[in-house]
Amino acid sequence: MPVQPYIEAISAALWEEMERDKEVFLLGEDIGVYGGAFKVTKGFLEKFGEERVIDTVLAEAAIIGAATGAAIVGMRPVAEMQFADFVTCGFNQLVNNTASIHYRWGLPVPMVVRLPSGGNIHGGPFHSRNPEAWFFHQPGLKLVAPSTPYDAKGLLKAAIRDPDPVLFFEYKYLYRRIKGEVPSEDYVVPIGKADVKRKGNDATIITYGPTVHVALDAAQDIAGSDEYDVEVLDLRSLMPFDKEAILQSVKRTNKVLILHEDTLTGGIGGEIAAFINENAFEYLDAPVRRLGACDTPVPYAPTLETEFLPGKDKVLKNLKELLEY
Amino acid sequence: MAKSAAPKKKQSKANKTFDKAIKKTLTNQKAPLEGLDLSEEKLIQIYRQMLLIRRFEEKAAQMYGMEKIMGFCHLYNGQEAVAVGANAAMHETDYMLTAYRDHGHALVKGITANEVMAELFGKVTGCSRGKGGSMHLFDAEKRMMGGHAIVGGHIPLAAGFAFGSKYKAEQDVTVCFFGEAAANQGVFHETLNMAALWKLPVVYICENNRYGMGTAFERAFAVWDIYERASAYNMPRDVVDGMDVLDMYRKTKEAVDRARYEHIPTFLEARTYRFRGHSMSDPIHGHYRTKEEVEEMKAKDPIINFGELLKKENIFSEEQMKEMDDEIKKIVNESIEFAEKSEEPPLEDLYTDVIVE
Ligand SMILES: Cc1ncc(C[n+]2csc(CCOP(=O)(O)OP(=O)(O)O)c2C)c(N)n1
Ligand SMILES: [Mg+2]
Repeated sequence: MPVQPYIEAISAALWEEMERDKEVFLLGEDIGVYGGAFKVTKGFLEKFGEERVIDTVLAEAAIIGAATGAAIVGMRPVAEMQFADFVTCGFNQLVNNTASIHYRWGLPVPMVVRLPSGGNIHGGPFHSRNPEAWFFHQPGLKLVAPSTPYDAKGLLKAAIRDPDPVLFFEYKYLYRRIKGEVPSEDYVVPIGKADVKRKGNDATIITYGPTVHVALDAAQDIAGSDEYDVEVLDLRSLMPFDKEAILQSVKRTNKVLILHEDTLTGGIGGEIAAFINENAFEYLDAPVRRLGACDTPVPYAPTLETEFLPGKDKVLKNLKELLEY
Repeated sequence: MAKSAAPKKKQSKANKTFDKAIKKTLTNQKAPLEGLDLSEEKLIQIYRQMLLIRRFEEKAAQMYGMEKIMGFCHLYNGQEAVAVGANAAMHETDYMLTAYRDHGHALVKGITANEVMAELFGKVTGCSRGKGGSMHLFDAEKRMMGGHAIVGGHIPLAAGFAFGSKYKAEQDVTVCFFGEAAANQGVFHETLNMAALWKLPVVYICENNRYGMGTAFERAFAVWDIYERASAYNMPRDVVDGMDVLDMYRKTKEAVDRARYEHIPTFLEARTYRFRGHSMSDPIHGHYRTKEEVEEMKAKDPIINFGELLKKENIFSEEQMKEMDDEIKKIVNESIEFAEKSEEPPLEDLYTDVIVE
């Protein structure tokens, strides 16, 4: 299988879906002539033309609202937020219009919003956020957050083909750092299915997005030094999340650390923890632990940002306490 | 959907619209200083402020290349006359806000080169103790109210400052800068209407540098004379040569006076140009603008042209300029040293000030 960086897997999914279905079109700021702020759509304008690769004005509310309308009448828009942080400007459209149309009208809204998320790039408070929890709380939206090129391509294809609005969280930090095998033939990763990224028996780290790699790193370290065998369960989809996979893993390892790069309080981890407590309490050998970023805005200073993020050292400390419980 | 390609013709038409305001550079006007209430001392100060910004930005670019500055960094080269000319018309106690291309505004509002450079380096001696970085420079005492990275997000804040000043019967004016792309956010329209309705002492200055990242203004605006948008709110409006510091001064002065003494807001569109890429990761020219265009606009360099004028008017000599340049370069070099030597923020700083303690 060819090896591709994460970012190219995203581009490939968009490209192939546009070739496959002429109702698929892209809209966003600087995605055409400029090729996208991160160059995800480089070459798309030349190939698909400006009716399908639309450079919009700088107006997130209008972008999301117009995408929603187009989706309702049968198009398959893929809207790009230049950074996930800017979805705040289109919040009303997403949570009020996009999310509730099907519930009220019975009409599908087959659209995707791509959200380049996350920190570790020293972008400061408004270019580093992980905003998934805001939307996790909004019934009517689906949320996916791939950590590998394979998952990114397969989930983006699934998202584009899905009849519901899907928020596609992609990670700037992973764009060029993570490479992996990606099949050249067509495939999808089904929405709602988690993936065991590392098998283990002593504890499970439930995570998604960039912290999957932090978890794998920590699990590797601990296997070397303490001979514990830690499982890493990558949720991949956040809404709906894979309840079955969570229960299976927890019932086997009996200890859980939930990890995400989003800030801790009110993060998705709380919901996962509640789900485990309600459904697998008697299988637990230790209280469910959670680790996320600190409950502060994202600081610019690289030293502070490192302190802010849930890095490997923090994961190791948590894991050790959990394993020794 | 209408084809907006065949961009050549559209672009040359847009060029003409754009250039209407910036045809007459300082040097070829007959008597550019006539009728201006600017002392020679003040004129020299204006020149100095622009040069400081230019030299600072050149150094910042170099430091970014050396990875002393991380993340995102947007330089102000080419647009110096806008912030400097407008600032010359403001009182020290007037509020200033701008977007993320904010180094120039911060410097002219009196934040020292040391504090700005240290902020870019993420050091505790920076004006935001390293928490904000390049895009979020800030100093309440100097009334530099940011540095805002969400495009258009600060436009209503400015209305709030102006409301506060008016309510408390203070005579302060708020001057709010933003790039032309910000004028496409809904909040721009929401706020202009509110400012007009509430008769707020605020001046909005749109820095139209032709591009919002890689999108030319003619591809993003249904009406190219952006200043005309204020007509929808019955707000005084004007177009300014943003490459001409005196035109900036003159028109901002009128607007600021109108805000201060009559509580009438104004919308100014300053036509200007950025000489660098959108941010440090964007090349100067390439897919969305040509080298020729950049070179052509460099002939309108606001600092060179203003310097020529000062020489022609015998206000400032070549020699004095050279001396000033050396002095400024020293200040900028010292800011590097200062930033280098400064401490990283202590880790406890991460947790402080999230809310009032
Ligand atoms: C709400 C929001 N959307 C998108 C962006 C990404 N972005 C940053 S600058 C920029 C272009 C802005 O252009 P303009 O307002 O003309 O300012 P200039 O860069 O030319 O000074 C874009 C799209 C952002 N920072 N905030
Ligand atoms: Mg611009």
